[in-house]
Amino acid sequence: MADLSINLAGIKSPNPFWLASAPPTNSGYQVQRAFEAGWGGAVWKTLGDPILNVSSRFAAINFNGQRVAGFNNIELITDRPLDVNLKEIYETKKRFPNHAIIASLMVEPKQEKWHEIVKRVEDVGVDGLELNFGCPHGMAERGMGSASGQVPSLVEKQTYWVKEAAKTPVIVKLTPNITDITVTAEAAVNGGADAISMINTINSLMGVDLDTWNTIPHVAGKGAHGGYCGPAVKPIALNMVAECARNPRISVPISGIGGISNWQDAVEFILMGAAGVQVCTAAMHHGFRIVEDMIEGLDHYLDSKNISAVSELIGKSVPRYSDWGNLDLHYNITAQINTDVCINCNKCHIACEDTSHQCIDMIKGDNGRSYLKVREEDCVGCNLCAIVCPVEGAITMVEQTSMQPMTWNERQAALNSSK
Amino acid sequence: MVTIKTQRISITDLERNFEEADRGFTNQEALEESNRCLFCYDAPCIKACPTGIDIPSFIKKIASGNLLGSAKTIMSSNPVGASCARVCPTEELCEGSCVLNHSTSPIQIGKLQRYATDWAIKNEQTLFKAGTPNGKTAAVIGGGPAGLSAARELARFGFRVTIYEAAEKAGGLNTYGIVSFRLPQSISFWEVEQVQKLNVRILTNTMAGRDVSAEELLHSYDYIVLAAGMAHVPDLRIEGEELKGVYDAIEFVKATKSGKLSRDFAGKRVAVIGAGNTAIDGATCSVRLGAENVKILYRRSVEEMTAYDFEYEFAKQDGVEFRWLTAPKRIIGDAEGQVAGIECVQMALGDPGEDGRRSPAEVEGSEFTLPVDAVIKAIGQTRHLPLIEAFGLQHEYGVVTADKETFQTSNPKIFACGDILFGKGKGDAMVVTAAQQGKLAAYAIHKQAQTAGTAK
Repeated sequence: MADLSINLAGIKSPNPFWLASAPPTNSGYQVQRAFEAGWGGAVWKTLGDPILNVSSRFAAINFNGQRVAGFNNIELITDRPLDVNLKEIYETKKRFPNHAIIASLMVEPKQEKWHEIVKRVEDVGVDGLELNFGCPHGMAERGMGSASGQVPSLVEKQTYWVKEAAKTPVIVKLTPNITDITVTAEAAVNGGADAISMINTINSLMGVDLDTWNTIPHVAGKGAHGGYCGPAVKPIALNMVAECARNPRISVPISGIGGISNWQDAVEFILMGAAGVQVCTAAMHHGFRIVEDMIEGLDHYLDSKNISAVSELIGKSVPRYSDWGNLDLHYNITAQINTDVCINCNKCHIACEDTSHQCIDMIKGDNGRSYLKVREEDCVGCNLCAIVCPVEGAITMVEQTSMQPMTWNERQAALNSSK
Repeated sequence: MVTIKTQRISITDLERNFEEADRGFTNQEALEESNRCLFCYDAPCIKACPTGIDIPSFIKKIASGNLLGSAKTIMSSNPVGASCARVCPTEELCEGSCVLNHSTSPIQIGKLQRYATDWAIKNEQTLFKAGTPNGKTAAVIGGGPAGLSAARELARFGFRVTIYEAAEKAGGLNTYGIVSFRLPQSISFWEVEQVQKLNVRILTNTMAGRDVSAEELLHSYDYIVLAAGMAHVPDLRIEGEELKGVYDAIEFVKATKSGKLSRDFAGKRVAVIGAGNTAIDGATCSVRLGAENVKILYRRSVEEMTAYDFEYEFAKQDGVEFRWLTAPKRIIGDAEGQVAGIECVQMALGDPGEDGRRSPAEVEGSEFTLPVDAVIKAIGQTRHLPLIEAFGLQHEYGVVTADKETFQTSNPKIFACGDILFGKGKGDAMVVTAAQQGKLAAYAIHKQAQTAGTAK
């Protein structure tokens, strides 16, 4: 058994799987059930001045019959009094001393407000704080959440105020609703953040009902944008984590969030620089029990790779993520079709023919049998055929012997120096 | 799939036995199955469908919620597509060619086709419109799958079409010949209605050659489509055939689809002679009418049986017994002239004959008698010879001679399609084939009418 424990900026937990601040962490009852199921930590649903919620609140995207490819909510921060939450945090921590409880916080961008809430939550024994600068709906209209998270100076100032009062590690949760997340990440670091977490949800409108023409979801016939999350946002989140991880000015640990549904997703985030991960949608879809496979799958993966601790994985793929200008222009792969495995659905042919480089021919053999063949000289190695192929192992992208590597940047440099 | 262990056959509620056995897909099942379709390009299922239904398209339309479009895609290629969804031997056609046979499991195309057409039926959709009248007339002899198909296409081209149907209702085999628990009559009636809505006149209880003469038809119409199908089951030519309790399988099945179910078979022992599609229908209907024991007697072996595998399975599940290499010699009657038994003889298979099938020969001295109360004959069908001759058409033992592509007969204004063309080694007697032939005959007629039009 590999060591799955993590230490994220001083916050320790028995495994890297935390529940993100969201409906699953609304109460002590829920968080205790989660810890019983095996979750290593929980970021308590954001504390602040209790709000009023609307009904309905959630919606999901189904894709080709698959439910919850993406998920959205218009729920706000906790609607329960602060002292009730604090009492339950205290009780939960007492029952589960080795599990991490992080308090998510959101108050008006005023120094005294931050000082007051930090003191109150630290008094009940939380392991860390997460500043919610990301919630994109509702609270943002009141100058909180992503409204302050989108202004680097506000991120920096508020982080600074929290750090003035905080004794526990401070994580700043960033919004993806911004052109370049590294700017706000850097602002958090400048404000003294011990760690950053990303991503919060993305502004979204889930759909429009074709019969009623109402938005989905709607509240008495009216809708407002919500926050998008779930499997569909994973690539967006992974890029943002990777961009921060490879940025030398962002030197703090990252808690990765966004569409993580299983141990494989978690490994990807960790390889791209996350020191731990947070999960919400997958738990909302299936319940807390999913963590059992997450823990076991990660453990088996580490064993199979002869890695003794999950911490050794952190950031291993970061050096492999770069700018387009550093990619080798001379690297060359082409598609090869294994006709023994191919079932002749011809999807590769029509995808290539209509939308890529017209290099997969449908051929009738001497024996009358149809087969598909790639004209390798015309193949640009785009991967489209392999992507649309429904059969494992029918299409392989094969590396061709290529010339000396040459990136765009190297090419431009060579051209400039020869001028 | 959910299978509930319930009593398959009721001995008290016969009506329930004749309700459609397959319940069809639920919305959720149809959605999941339609999403499983790969949407192949140049898909083999389309080529495997005798009517060339654009199967990936109709399935995609189910997945997108465009059920009207899905039903139109099906029914435009196959005017009896709702029936075919239930009766096609799909594992030998579309589903048999599905590329997923080579990776996971084939798409259940038949059930998806049923789902889409059921939607159209339930929602009372009219899928097609009659064409602008072209001033031409056509008589269609026979309102079965081939005739309906030809009539539908001709009407869409603008022909004024009249169908002459000998039976009380149109639909032919789909209405009277296929057992209710596989194809309820209402489905066939809907397909007939769809054709009627294109201003096609259907004269029922009107038999060509009896109620209207061939000459009159030839005189009154520009074109004639001969789609009269086949006739009754031939005689066994053995002793005792005239006894009470000897049935023609076609008439026997028809009776189960004509209102009240007979209570005469309850607790009885039935022998069915033959092992084709109709024999299976005769046997399973007997079981569902409450027969205590049903045996299929076939003079060849399981290898030569012409019933489809799924039919064989279905019959076995109904408890039908199969006696291979068994031929009837004589039907034995009691004092009241009622069937009491059947004397059979054991057969042995010899060398393959001209048709490639091994011919059976009696095993000397192997005679034995089975006590039975009824005998159902299902050894093929006779031809409509008088009708074919009344039209003066070339034929081969009652199989009308027609061009393979245009379906034109020896009389240039008469086109033939469906079972009237079916004979030894001459294609399949499937509903879907008949539908396609009807379509093609209509296209040939339309083409000829256009050429004739421009020549004027």
